[in-house]
Amino acid sequence: MVTIEFLGPIQKAPLTLEASSLRDVAEVLKQDSEMAQWLENCAVALNDTLVATLDTPLKDGDKVSLLPPVCGG
Amino acid sequence: MVELYNGALNVPEIITRWYAEEAEYNYGAYIPFIGTVREEDAIEGLSFDVYEPILNGWFDAWQVKAQALGAKLKMAHSRGDVLVHESSYIAAVFSPKRRVALEMIEQFVEDFKASAPIWKYDLKNSQRLYAADRSTAIAGAGILGGKQ
Repeated sequence: MVTIEFLGPIQKAPLTLEASSLRDVAEVLKQDSEMAQWLENCAVALNDTLVATLDTPLKDGDKVSLLPPVCGG
Repeated sequence: MVELYNGALNVPEIITRWYAEEAEYNYGAYIPFIGTVREEDAIEGLSFDVYEPILNGWFDAWQVKAQALGAKLKMAHSRGDVLVHESSYIAAVFSPKRRVALEMIEQFVEDFKASAPIWKYDLKNSQRLYAADRSTAIAGAGILGGKQ
């Protein structure tokens, strides 16, 4: 199982699901109408490191984080 | 290490302490950038969420770049609510000579705005409203929506 956490303004509780790559996570989240506005603009981190491809493999215990657009300062 | 505080920053304490901490290291230049909440659009203040693990990784990578130029970076930021005319952000660079410090403070603050995992909300009419129109998608964002 992997855990998906939603940071900042995304008002959504963490999910746990079976996924072998980020592509599987994308397929699940695309079914969720609440997430439609976020998938196009969120960065994605695997175990707190940003990743750039859906082919990123996942293993049991991994944490995937969605980071929406930022504005510090 | 980024210094994080609940609520507004104590600016005089932080910039004075940083000055003292680096006084013996022979830096010729110390440039602090202080971000203060302005009164506009009838906001009462701003509020911030911070994701520390990635923020610290981002900052550490910048510290390595600074060290390669003989410089050092420091940064403080608020979590939670900061009212108008209070300060939420301080970035500072110390370097042997001014040119490195002047260039680095600009690059560091601009990359901070584009990349640091911090989310801003307007405090207005007792609500906390995500500042979506002033926010920037992190480089590489959108892969889950099909952008590669």
